[in-house]
Amino acid sequence: MTGSILFEAIVFLGGALICVPIAKRLGFSSVLGYLFAGILIGPYLLGFVGEEGEDIMHFAEFGVVMMLFLIGLEIEPKNFWKMRRTILGMGGLQVGATMLLTYLLFAAIGFEWEVSLTVSMAVALSSTAISLQTIKEKGLFETTYGASSFSILLFQDIIVIFMLGLLPLLSNTGEVTEADGHGGGGNLLESLPLWLQTLAIILSVAAVVAAGRYLIVPMLRRVATTRVRELLTASALLIVCGIAFLMELVGLSPALGAFLGGVVLATSEFKHELESTLEPFKDLLLGLFFMAVGASINFIVIGNAPLMIGSLLVAIIVLKAVVLFIVGMVFKLKLDQRLLLAIGLAQIGEFAFVLLSFAFQLHILDQEQMDTMLVITALSMALSPILGIVNERLVLPRIGTKQVEKRAVDHIAKTHKVILAGFGHFGSTVGRFLRANGIEATILDQDSNRVDLLRKMGFDVYYGDATRMDLLESAGIAEARILIIAIDDPDAVADLVAMVMKKYPHVKLMVRAKNRYDAYELLNMGAEHIYRESLDTSVKLAVDVLHQLGFRKYTLHRQAQKFIKSDEESVKRLAGLRRNKEEYIFKAREEIELQEKFLEEDLQRGFIVNDKDWESEQMRVAFGGVEEGE
Amino acid sequence: MKSILILFAHPRFEKSRTNEVLVRNIRNLEGVTFHDLYEQYPDFHIDVPYEKELLLQHDIIVWHHPLYWYNCPPLMKQWIDLVLEYDWAYGPKGNALQGKQCLQVVTTGGSKEVYCSEGSNLYSVNEFLRPFEQTARLCRMQYLPPYAVMGTHKISDEALLKHADEYQRIIECLRKDRPLAEMKNCTFQTDIPELNNIQRA
Repeated sequence: MTGSILFEAIVFLGGALICVPIAKRLGFSSVLGYLFAGILIGPYLLGFVGEEGEDIMHFAEFGVVMMLFLIGLEIEPKNFWKMRRTILGMGGLQVGATMLLTYLLFAAIGFEWEVSLTVSMAVALSSTAISLQTIKEKGLFETTYGASSFSILLFQDIIVIFMLGLLPLLSNTGEVTEADGHGGGGNLLESLPLWLQTLAIILSVAAVVAAGRYLIVPMLRRVATTRVRELLTASALLIVCGIAFLMELVGLSPALGAFLGGVVLATSEFKHELESTLEPFKDLLLGLFFMAVGASINFIVIGNAPLMIGSLLVAIIVLKAVVLFIVGMVFKLKLDQRLLLAIGLAQIGEFAFVLLSFAFQLHILDQEQMDTMLVITALSMALSPILGIVNERLVLPRIGTKQVEKRAVDHIAKTHKVILAGFGHFGSTVGRFLRANGIEATILDQDSNRVDLLRKMGFDVYYGDATRMDLLESAGIAEARILIIAIDDPDAVADLVAMVMKKYPHVKLMVRAKNRYDAYELLNMGAEHIYRESLDTSVKLAVDVLHQLGFRKYTLHRQAQKFIKSDEESVKRLAGLRRNKEEYIFKAREEIELQEKFLEEDLQRGFIVNDKDWESEQMRVAFGGVEEGE
Repeated sequence: MKSILILFAHPRFEKSRTNEVLVRNIRNLEGVTFHDLYEQYPDFHIDVPYEKELLLQHDIIVWHHPLYWYNCPPLMKQWIDLVLEYDWAYGPKGNALQGKQCLQVVTTGGSKEVYCSEGSNLYSVNEFLRPFEQTARLCRMQYLPPYAVMGTHKISDEALLKHADEYQRIIECLRKDRPLAEMKNCTFQTDIPELNNIQRA
């Protein structure tokens, strides 16, 4: 519409700001919000974005690169090595079977074998961006579903290199018209013999590993000593760009290289700095990417052959899902995990855009075939989150680990109804202690493996997201006396507190808070019983330190009790103060100010000095100082 | 009408049949503050300013506890150690409790026969309670004859109910400020003749 970069920025950012909150409000993942924002601003609805949408997509694919770098950071090399079997096995099986079936399907429809093979390669790949983002948002990374998805996606990232290498061999013309500037094209090594190419690839991978150890970490150390924060941001971006560039140069997938770089840096001391620095960039770029996908859905192509595209779309999604389901079966995933996997990876991924346009340049596909496949790819990506919701809301509750399992309710459970949301590290301790005292809490948890175990141990467990009101209601929130909220995610905790306080005000809420900051939020929402996980333990540690330094234990014990009590009072008081002020923009600045207030209060109180208990000083003075204590 | 503060200390209240019955009647009486120490301070971290404030607000202080090893449970002792501060409860300037009355209510497993010079415990309950008597005296309080429910290991439900009734009447009498003269020469509250003639409200 207009070439101004500012205007484009406004369109994309505005679209995101309008659509994503709506999607979140409706309980959908942000991916869906971005996709709809893209469709909305795209050429066929509002028309703010035209052909340049595709360029933006290529730019935004960099978000995927960053995402894999960040994922790499989370995986230590030893764990990566442990995963090799699932990566090769699950990934290989999924890609192989999907390609075979797709090839047969397209060949049967009557496409030439080169076309069918190209399409089958594109179809075999799933969208790392969509599936991993969804898994992360739902906090399912630790489940078998999360790990399996990740393994398969990683395998696809590796295999795509070979696919891009294979495409020129399929080309009828046998020549590459031009380097296409991304993905498989534009690589320096094309003219070299195969063994040299292979050598270069191995060398560049080795270069990434070596650079991680001997170049990047020393560089980061030096940067850290300058104490200029933006330099760290710059170096983080430089690392990712550098790796991506190197990988493109030798014809490898930049995402794969970035992942490798991440793994190498996972053990370095800069892991968390890098994560927090790159996270916002990644999120924005991914958002941009999803919007670009939405904008690229060509409604004219759809309009020309709606039936053909519709049925191909359905056929492909079903085919991919069935293959994934079988892969899950072979690798012994539980039914619900298997379904999540099947639906989660059933879309065609962003690599398809690269493959398809590369194949078009090689004249393997004609314009119409490419357009059709691009539309199907984009549509499958847009459908993916919707299918996920259908699966989660309508299918999963009925099968596998059931949301509810009927069991006889004894009298105590009825009259002393306690619901425990979240049975992780925190909640499990709470639940075990309750049970040790004969109180059986009704548990809500969203890890199906854990749910099964707990059921085996005789707990009354509801499987699913505790912030869903319908689940809470079926767990009996209406008759509950106490709801213990031991969920890890502070935002989910706040949501749950607000929801229950509004609808079931009679239920007593006992809430886990990560830190002082969360405690303020909860206090200001009106929650009374707040348990900061960082309070008691750290005081206990300090007590032990002082004991090591020669203080007597009982004195320390009493001081610790006083300290905890006054700390809790301070939090309550300061939470009130905070409400009156305008909203803080910078969390960090607020933390510092509060810290300062706490330290001041401590000074005024002067703990040890005021401890006169069991002291005879006063009396000795009164009696003329004759006695040596009582 | 006088106000009464009952400082109750029992580490295993829920398992004590005797005290459950004794406490049932008096915990919600008007003008009576029932202060369950083990419930309030499970970690022995006594809030001294709060306790002092409570003492000042009441005319009669009741120490109600079982007798363990001829003594009070440790939290009660902790309370005495920490709350009765020098120059507040005792000492040259310590007259915060001056003129208040102090009643000790104890339950013992052994019977009255065991607690005497011929019995296995050799001394009477009153003799075992001397430190408390002296504590009250040092704090310038008047130590009333104690009330003891004895032989709780074998006590019948009927006898127990009678004790509970008696305890309640004692509390009500104290509320009405019985003249001191009647208590002279009494070993236990139950020896006070007028107690048995008081009209129940």
